[in-house]
Amino acid sequence: MDITVNILLTIATAATPLLIAAIGELVVERSGVLNLGVEGMMVMGAVGGFGAGYLTGSPWVGLLAAIAVGALFSLLFAVMTLSLATNQVATGLSLTLLGLGLSGMMGTRFVGQPGVRLPNLDIPGLSSIPVVGRLLFGQDPVFYISIALTAAVMWFLFKTRTGLTLRSIGDSHTSAHALGIKVIRYRYLAVIFGGACAGLAGGHLSLVYTPQWVENMSAGRGWIALALVVFASWRPWRVLAGAYIFGAVWIGQLHAQAFGIPVPSQMLSSLPYLATVVVLVLISRNKRLTMMNTPASLGQPFVPDR
Amino acid sequence: MSANHDGANLLEVRGLTKIFGTLTACDHIDLNIAKGEIHALLGENGAGKSTLVKMLFGSLEPNSGEIFWNGQAVRITSPGAAKKLGIGMVFQHFSLFEALTAAENIALSLDDGSPISSIAAKARALSYSYGLPLDPESLVGDLSVGERQRIEIIRCLLQTPQLIILDEPTSVLTPQEADKLFETLERLRSEGKSILYISHRLEEVKRICDRATVLRHGKVVGHCNPREQTASSLARMMVGSEVQAVVRAPVEGIETAQPLLEIRGLNRKPATPFSIPLKNISLNVRAGEVIGIAGVAGNGQGEFFESVSGEVLQQDTASVRIRGKDAGGLTITGRRLLGAAFVPEERLGHGAAPRMKLSENLLLSRHATDGKAFVGTGGMVRSGAVYAASQRIIEAMDVRKSAPDPEAAALSGGNLQKFIVGRELDRRPSVMVVNQPTWGVDAGAAAHIRQALIELSRSGSAVLVISQDLDELFEISDAIAVMHNGELSKPMPIAEATFEKVGLLMGGAEPGHAEHTLETA
Repeated sequence: MDITVNILLTIATAATPLLIAAIGELVVERSGVLNLGVEGMMVMGAVGGFGAGYLTGSPWVGLLAAIAVGALFSLLFAVMTLSLATNQVATGLSLTLLGLGLSGMMGTRFVGQPGVRLPNLDIPGLSSIPVVGRLLFGQDPVFYISIALTAAVMWFLFKTRTGLTLRSIGDSHTSAHALGIKVIRYRYLAVIFGGACAGLAGGHLSLVYTPQWVENMSAGRGWIALALVVFASWRPWRVLAGAYIFGAVWIGQLHAQAFGIPVPSQMLSSLPYLATVVVLVLISRNKRLTMMNTPASLGQPFVPDR
Repeated sequence: MSANHDGANLLEVRGLTKIFGTLTACDHIDLNIAKGEIHALLGENGAGKSTLVKMLFGSLEPNSGEIFWNGQAVRITSPGAAKKLGIGMVFQHFSLFEALTAAENIALSLDDGSPISSIAAKARALSYSYGLPLDPESLVGDLSVGERQRIEIIRCLLQTPQLIILDEPTSVLTPQEADKLFETLERLRSEGKSILYISHRLEEVKRICDRATVLRHGKVVGHCNPREQTASSLARMMVGSEVQAVVRAPVEGIETAQPLLEIRGLNRKPATPFSIPLKNISLNVRAGEVIGIAGVAGNGQGEFFESVSGEVLQQDTASVRIRGKDAGGLTITGRRLLGAAFVPEERLGHGAAPRMKLSENLLLSRHATDGKAFVGTGGMVRSGAVYAASQRIIEAMDVRKSAPDPEAAALSGGNLQKFIVGRELDRRPSVMVVNQPTWGVDAGAAAHIRQALIELSRSGSAVLVISQDLDELFEISDAIAVMHNGELSKPMPIAEATFEKVGLLMGGAEPGHAEHTLETA
């Protein structure tokens, strides 16, 4: 029983950073902007979070710093693509490369240093209930943030007027502009929100998952988050499902490798990717629904004619 | 023009000027719109109509000039500011969001925070009171163009504007839908609202407008009461010279002529959720005749053209036959080699590569059919021959250009269209298929293109024209078929065809197609 609980807890920890980064990118893409720099923003958040936590000794300061660094770093992307109308794909890729390089340089003095870890939630009484206690009331704070964030984004996108406006910009920025909607302002805010989420996801890596700084510690999670958004056809609850499927298969194959199952380890390592793609493709079979949810102006630079 | 200050004018525009680079799109425009009038803004494509209304709606900023609203000088810096003043606009190219519902689309342009459900109820009530039934829950991507325009109009009316700008509203409507629109406009006028009505359709301007302002080359060339004018006198004001009438001599013995283009039971599944499937289309186009295909935009004409031209191949190779040979499995080049020629709807990026010269564009479409003339030994291009041929086309079609061999994108829409049509005509194809031959082309050039298509048919070719412009089809066709919802009606000989009959078919009045019905609220 304890083993099951432990496995479930590690799955949640593996899925949380993917979920947060993907939810942020989902909002960005719903506004019609494709930011391929998630990996870069995430690793910048990780080094910023670790550094602030290490220097102040407070993991909470670290977490806030991670968010701020991610948001600030995404601002660079926003200025380039939105104000200067550069190509979003190229700018996003260079943001990732810049983030990986810059974080490595900034983090040299943190390598091998012991970090601080965000404490798990501990509610006397509740957290010690067998099985569900630890799952529901004993996880790290970022886990709860990630679930609340998903619910909040779902509510925002589909229940509020501002969310509707954001989706309309993603559908057609020219129509939105013709109606007098401030396309560029909305997109700035969306990109910065996405950056803050990616930073938070990075902070989770260096303050919860493995409380230390290792170069390139995002290890491709930003790319997985990006893929999740597309395969989940831009719907928040599917992103959540995708993140957890990925996390579950990831942890499962680690255990399988540890048990020495006679399957090549490369094969096992590729399983999470395969499983996530297959499941999300299966739930996105409804072409019409997918069409409705795909931001039609994704990736196109917008230059208003004046 | 002297502006008057007696307060009866809702909107006064004085000396409004907009310059794009070296082009003066609007040159000291003066315009007065009184309360409770329908004011027509007439002009050819490129005369500056759209630029002017964009400045009135705040999407463009004028370089100089003044705008007075109820006698007060105003600056309209954004569409939001225009809406606040009480200016509403129904766009020519719809500004709707396909992936959202009608109600969501309407909510987006209303600034109050009322919930979507109450907006839907208001929209439904208003739409029924104006006789423009609308289902607020439906997805815009699923709606016909006429229904989309209803959303635009209802959206505009819900903002309770004083001035409504309509940009070419009937170009996408069936004649019956247009009648409905005119009723709505007359009712709005009786409620004291002003309407600025932009069109190049002179008959409807004569029918509903109280005054007209005519633009040519960015300048106001006259004001008039359209009811006192004839269509040809209005056309003369717009164009600045007489427009050559198109001559179409009747053809003899067409019943026995050989069909050069045969379409038999053509089916096509929709490629995307919002596109139209083609259902069992059959049609023969015989040597010597022009067949017109009418229909409201988005009823499968684009899909049909792609299937006939070979942009999309058919499973059933006999579903398209050119000069007696099965062509359904052939690519565009294969079909061209059988003697067919195609002119697609979009000029830039489809009919021509924008950043390539005219001579290069000529080679792109004719390297296979004119291989001997244009390509020499070892696959080397004979650029001299290509250039000479392009100059021949330019001369034959009277293409106006600024350089000897300019890039396609440097030409105006009408001139590029003349070149593209001329490029295909120059081959003397035995089958010619044209989609929207004169869309966005000025009257003079349009007459030229139409005459050339008729002459091609009379020299023994089969010509198929797909168009949304009914006037055009009645001018050039020997028979008209109507496409609705992916189905094609039987061609109606022109002698029997009337606007009303064709309009009913365009609206789907044929058996099996009920008008989109809605239960009353």
